[in-house]
Amino acid sequence: MADFWSGYALPTAIIVAQILAIVLPLLLAVAYLTYAERKVIASMQMRRGPNVVGPFGLLQPIADGVKLLFKETIIPAGANRVVFVAAPMITFTLSLVAWAVIPFGEGIVLADINVGILYLFAISSLGVYGVVMAGWASNSKYPFLGALRSAAQMVSYEVSIGFVMVTVLLCVGSLNLSDIVNAQRTIWFAVPLLPMFVIFFISALAETNRAPFDLPESESELVAGYFSEYSSMTFALFFLGEYANMILMSASTTILFLGGWLPPLDIAPFNWIPGPIWFGAKIALVLFGFLWVRATFPRYRYDQLMRLGWKVFLPFTLFWLMVTAGVLVAFDWLPK
Amino acid sequence: MSVLQRGAKSLLLSELVTGLGLTFRYIFKPKVTLNYPYEKGPLSPRFRGEHALRRYPNGEERCIACKLCEAICPALAITIEAEPREDGSRRTTRYDIDMTKCIYCGLCQEACPVDAIVEGPNFEFATETREELFYNKEKLLANGDRWEPELAANLAADAPYR
Repeated sequence: MADFWSGYALPTAIIVAQILAIVLPLLLAVAYLTYAERKVIASMQMRRGPNVVGPFGLLQPIADGVKLLFKETIIPAGANRVVFVAAPMITFTLSLVAWAVIPFGEGIVLADINVGILYLFAISSLGVYGVVMAGWASNSKYPFLGALRSAAQMVSYEVSIGFVMVTVLLCVGSLNLSDIVNAQRTIWFAVPLLPMFVIFFISALAETNRAPFDLPESESELVAGYFSEYSSMTFALFFLGEYANMILMSASTTILFLGGWLPPLDIAPFNWIPGPIWFGAKIALVLFGFLWVRATFPRYRYDQLMRLGWKVFLPFTLFWLMVTAGVLVAFDWLPK
Repeated sequence: MSVLQRGAKSLLLSELVTGLGLTFRYIFKPKVTLNYPYEKGPLSPRFRGEHALRRYPNGEERCIACKLCEAICPALAITIEAEPREDGSRRTTRYDIDMTKCIYCGLCQEACPVDAIVEGPNFEFATETREELFYNKEKLLANGDRWEPELAANLAADAPYR
């Protein structure tokens, strides 16, 4: 019996507690990201944004969540029920599992695996399955078109994201996310690899279907894109998944280019603040960039989107990858 | 512009950065939103809102049942029945306005020779049921009593232009 407790039950409890310690703050962050989005875009448009529910409208996300929870889940008559219900679950689950490898601070990581960045890349590629399944299972033309667009878009921009990641890996010499952060102690990669940083950020916008690349859900032509037919909690899961993905992409941007949990300067007032707080602050900064871009730019046309992905970003990242590799070899800076 | 300049401009995303700068500056501009339920915009004295039947200062109702408002109402929203009261004066026994038909054109108050039926400054009279919008004489007189200060002030403000 003692064996059962110390060998099985206790480790399980610890793992569950660790997972909850990541997922609960994450879901809270997702809720307040929607609030922040409405507030930021409102102030950029000289509006007030939500300000009625609670002080400064702070309880608005809770009210929205409760509203969605009490709504009726409608499954269209022509839909494939199993796939229709599974799609939002897949999207939501995939947006959460990727957080297993994200290091929040020195040694604060659920699974410190050596192929962390590959895992991250793989999970974000799988995200397209939820979208395609939703579009197909809805058996309706707008979701179908939205899913097609989304699939093509996510696949296109993953290519350039891949090359950007490879460039960073060349400079680090490790696939472990903690090593990538520690390699930036002298200088954040956003400085020497600035063009890659910009391309990664723009590709992250496309990867998460955010404005100005929100064609999969462009409301003026496709109602709501691949989740047009969804309602209630199935819709809420898509919504949560999408915003969790945004936070995830911001976290990867932070880890790859903004020095993860490291303070901007390793001197007195900065290094008193613990790592996870720096990490959160940097994620918030990148997320603000997401919202800022959404408030500023109009939506791309589909052919422009594809042209940008394949004819601009792909050659440019490839070129810059070779330049980086050449410089590293020429000056003998390759990480040992 | 030379090719070099154009190339540098598009490579450095200068137009995108300018746009981002513009939206960022807008964050600090004053908000134009009227915080509606707590803050309200100005209303003209001629504003045509919810109807009211007014009284004379001595409490006698103004309406003399001439039915001009009923005749002029383009939406046929007003229904009036009248007969002489015990003291011989002509009064309405029924004065109904179907607020779901009313188009708020203001012709009834234009037609009224005694300023009895008026459209007041109140526009917040939404109800939960349709039946509540079928106003009767009692409701209209109650509106008149409730809004009399504003109604009188508006009529006085608009009087020079009539």
